[in-house]
Amino acid sequence: MLTPEYIKAVIQKNMDCVFIEIKGDDGTHFEAIIVSDIFDHLSKVKQHQKVYDALDGMMKQELHALSIKTYTASQWGKIQHGDN
Amino acid sequence: MSIEDKINSLIENNKILLFMKGSPKFPQCGFSSLACQILTACDANYETVDVLQDQDIREGIKTFSNWPTIPQLYINKEFVGGADIIREMYESGELAKVISGT
Repeated sequence: MLTPEYIKAVIQKNMDCVFIEIKGDDGTHFEAIIVSDIFDHLSKVKQHQKVYDALDGMMKQELHALSIKTYTASQWGKIQHGDN
Repeated sequence: MSIEDKINSLIENNKILLFMKGSPKFPQCGFSSLACQILTACDANYETVDVLQDQDIREGIKTFSNWPTIPQLYINKEFVGGADIIREMYESGELAKVISGT
């Protein structure tokens, strides 16, 4: 069964992340928060496509639903300090 | 007509087009249902394609958009996103702006 730890490891192997958190324990539905500067100046769609690309085709078979939240380091910094 | 041509003509001929599972009246998946509710809430005049009726389109659209899941929203021939992004854009008010621009 797919685990958050495994998904996190695959993404980190293929993408530089400032911060990454994956939740989900049913094996198919997961929630991801990913912070990376490769998202700079990219539309939301392109940001999420970067994440899907980093998943090495995992999305095609086992992973049915991955809810993704993406931020650049500066956006994440604002959110962390509660003034987003 | 190749699948790509079929998808292209659908996208060319519909300003707001949602590739979904089922139909707005009978959505067959929670994410597709959410997308319909949001488009309706924005008073969008949108068309839908039920990918469950055509397996070639169901798989073809994923390659076409380089996006692994359904639903998929196209506005003015541009891929906008899946359920997550549709909801995020709705909540930020960006979706209503894009729709009013059609």
